[in-house]
Amino acid sequence: MDRTSTTDIASATAMASTTGTTSTTDMASTTGTTSAPDAWEELVTSALLGTARRTPPGIEPGPGAPVALLDAAAVETVRRRAGLRPARAVQRPQPAPEDPRPALPAAAGRRLALLLADRPGTGGSGRRGTAPDLMELLPQWLAAANTHGYAAPPQLLPALLDAARGRTDLRPAALAFAGSRATWLARLNPDWRFALRATPGGGAALPPPQDTAGIRLLWEEGLFAERVALLAAIRAREPAAARELLTTTWATERAEDRLMFLDSLRAGLGPDDEPFLEQALADRSRNVRSTAAELLSALPDSALAARMAVRAGVCVAVDHTQDTPTIAVEAPHECDSGMERDGVVPKAPSGRGERSWWFGQLVEAAPLSGWPGRLGGRTPAEIVALPVADDWRTELHAAWCRAAVRQRDAEWARALLGTPAAPEAGGPGAVSLAERAKLLGTLGSAERAEWVAGFIATHGLSEAFQLLGVCGVPWDAPLGHAVVDALNIARDAGSYPWSFSGVMGLAERCLDPAEAGRLEGLMAVPDEGEDASPGAGGYWAEAFQRLVTTLRLRAAMAEELEGT
Amino acid sequence: MTQQGVRWTADQVLALAPDAASRKAGSKLGAAGPWSEAGSSDEGTVWGLCKGSGSKPYQTVIDIADAAGPAYKCSCPSRKFPCKHALGLLLLWASGQGAVPPGGAPDWAEQWIEGRRQRTREKQTAGAAAGAGAGAGAGDPEAARRRAERRAVRITAGATELEQRLADLLRGGLAGAEQAGYGMWEETAARMVDAQAPGLAARVRELGAVPSSGPGWPVRLLEECALVHLLDRGWLRRERLPDGLASTVRSRIGLPASADGSATRDRWLVLAQYDTADARLTTRRIWLHGTDSGRTALLLSYGAAGRAPELALPVGLELEAEVSPYPGTGQLRAALGEQFAPPAPSAARPPGVTTEQAAARYGEALGDDPWLDSVPVTLDRVIPAPDGDSWQLADAEGDSALPLTASSHSRPGLWRLVALSGGAPVKVFGECGHRGFTPLTAWPEGPGEAVRLC
Repeated sequence: MDRTSTTDIASATAMASTTGTTSTTDMASTTGTTSAPDAWEELVTSALLGTARRTPPGIEPGPGAPVALLDAAAVETVRRRAGLRPARAVQRPQPAPEDPRPALPAAAGRRLALLLADRPGTGGSGRRGTAPDLMELLPQWLAAANTHGYAAPPQLLPALLDAARGRTDLRPAALAFAGSRATWLARLNPDWRFALRATPGGGAALPPPQDTAGIRLLWEEGLFAERVALLAAIRAREPAAARELLTTTWATERAEDRLMFLDSLRAGLGPDDEPFLEQALADRSRNVRSTAAELLSALPDSALAARMAVRAGVCVAVDHTQDTPTIAVEAPHECDSGMERDGVVPKAPSGRGERSWWFGQLVEAAPLSGWPGRLGGRTPAEIVALPVADDWRTELHAAWCRAAVRQRDAEWARALLGTPAAPEAGGPGAVSLAERAKLLGTLGSAERAEWVAGFIATHGLSEAFQLLGVCGVPWDAPLGHAVVDALNIARDAGSYPWSFSGVMGLAERCLDPAEAGRLEGLMAVPDEGEDASPGAGGYWAEAFQRLVTTLRLRAAMAEELEGT
Repeated sequence: MTQQGVRWTADQVLALAPDAASRKAGSKLGAAGPWSEAGSSDEGTVWGLCKGSGSKPYQTVIDIADAAGPAYKCSCPSRKFPCKHALGLLLLWASGQGAVPPGGAPDWAEQWIEGRRQRTREKQTAGAAAGAGAGAGAGDPEAARRRAERRAVRITAGATELEQRLADLLRGGLAGAEQAGYGMWEETAARMVDAQAPGLAARVRELGAVPSSGPGWPVRLLEECALVHLLDRGWLRRERLPDGLASTVRSRIGLPASADGSATRDRWLVLAQYDTADARLTTRRIWLHGTDSGRTALLLSYGAAGRAPELALPVGLELEAEVSPYPGTGQLRAALGEQFAPPAPSAARPPGVTTEQAAARYGEALGDDPWLDSVPVTLDRVIPAPDGDSWQLADAEGDSALPLTASSHSRPGLWRLVALSGGAPVKVFGECGHRGFTPLTAWPEGPGEAVRLC
């Protein structure tokens, strides 16, 4: 047997080193047989069928054939591998656009890698322990990095895009930070297609302001998303120009598109827009009409606002025949065509009376500035304090709330909010918590924080979550103190911390990191009181430890981003 | 040259984690909150107290200056190694915020360090004594020789049997192998384990997977059968082979060898570290590049299934050490010997070649070791380019390219590579072979740290 197998390892390796440069097999096709030499194909065919049925040329059939075939195949295999050549290069991708932003400081880059490594679903139990929730810090890290205007480290883009893919709320900040290279990447990986949708035109730059022909071309021929982005960009720069651009094609747009375009006029809305909006009140589409009416009612000097003021004024009056002055409401008896044209929806939702439905819409759209004159020269606070006859109070105040939010009227918002310490502020008064949160939005950030701080000091934390959500981050000192004090009180009351996990989570993200020092004392496990829930003290200590750790981490994050 | 002042990066610390769960748990502890009395010494010791769920904090101490990678000690009950506390403390240290200030070690840390130093010294003296006694500690040389002979006889029997099986297979045709399925190969592999030829057993097991590996499998099966045959023949005729090649055959068969080649002292840059695991064993490969000698060395270390091997050298570190090669032509495996300075971050990069040269290098290496699947190569100025469903690394200039291996397409590292490149040339270290190129580490063209891809 040995005599017949003439190839041994030495000759195989010799083959490998001598034929290495003469064979021309392409690396991309090593698995295919097309470009392999004929001798190899013969070997494969024989091997597949078996030497009992067929032998390749040069190998005699018989008991020695399998070994001879293996010998030849060994030589061929090594020769083929040794002779591999690189494949032909395909079309290389277009280089990603240069990112002009300064590079992220090294420490901040490492922090981002850590935050991104803490993805949900990568192990871990339900209990939160004392360690910070890193993923929850990603939004504010991104916001801070964007404020500094840093460029994202390219190697972290895949993890960043994966994170944004799973959490839509992260997307705007993540994509802004990721920059143009993320869009470039997203074109290569279908998993990240959302990045192309979110970036209008797949990241193509909008034409510069002076390029009127380019703007006109994009507006007339661009995709819908590109056109919306273009309109928004111009609106932000020059509101009138955006409106004029929209006017050029308004008549030929589809109803859904008209609605979207009209909506983008919300930004930078001004008295100049009135004629255009007034004309849109006659639109074929009901949704376009009502949006136009809504926009007009936000312009207190518009003709529509004046018409609404007249209609609403007829319905509300001060009744002096009572012992104390009282507001009397006489809701409209019909919804005439004029009202309908001005955006009043005639059909009430089921369960609501038609008249109160119409009334609400009229008051909501009427300028708030008209009421003091109409109601005996009283200030908004005095007007809100007036009793309202026949159970109309809820309806009237709710409509005023909507008007104050829409017209961004801080004085009325203040009046409707009342003092935070008022007993009815905590309960289900005329103004719901959701409405309060919206009203707070019309106030300055300091005033907002102060009001919520007062609210928490009186009513505790159980109703405060929604209100805390509208406060600026980081929280102002009075608000931060109020929250910490309230948490401390809740602990002393003996309840478990997870009843406050929502507020705790917010505090971790929103409390000023400078407060960490004040919290030190709360990290110890207190002696268990008689009426306390078993073990609560330990859990509270744990929750406060996590709070402090998170605050420290946020301070470190901010410092790293400063680049010091 | 001591470089303890230079702290590691968080990435390098996280590379020490035995699994993803530890990485996550460690990241969470990498903040100042739970730590107290933390500190580090100039000798490369880091210590701290970590508040856990119990009343007594855990004592964690790490020796980062050790030659074989960091050593850890923690009073927590975790059997993970390193535990999350050690990882967290190293992360805290790496962040360098002053949370781990330089200072003198407390007693409990000092004791452990001193104990370690003591043992190291004893080992060194013992090693020196053993060296002087010319292997006197290795037991009876005559008995060892008889054991080796007995094993060689068994391997020869195994190789002969395997030859017979291959001949039968070829006589009946590979087409039959598809129906015979995996069982036949499993049984043959078990026979090779009995024959004490683990290298043959592993190859045979892989043969079993080929018929289900997709189109073109007969070609791959014939190739692999032929290489097993070549190895059998090499073993059966090892006396007639040159020494170097005979050593290569022995190591491919799976015989143990010792790294007794002449040691090379160099500043070794860690190019890549990655683990592969099967049901019984985790294998860690660490590629080193000698910045002075230009040589490439492979360190292998093993851990039981599910446990990380002990040796850990994060990418981008450089260590001044001696490295001794294992015997055999074309073998890059080496053992880490004496270390003269602790690993420290380095900005050094290996020099690179073109795709054409990389392919040629693989071809040349086959002359020394025909069983090589790939060789380590650094490619200079290549651009990752999509080619249908797959990717290739194309030379920035010229029109040749190396296709990426199928397995590297499914790894997240591919996208880090593509993102890093952004269509511009990058430097890539990886393994280049007949299946294509597996990227392991990349560097941007401009300044920037090494980016792990594996």
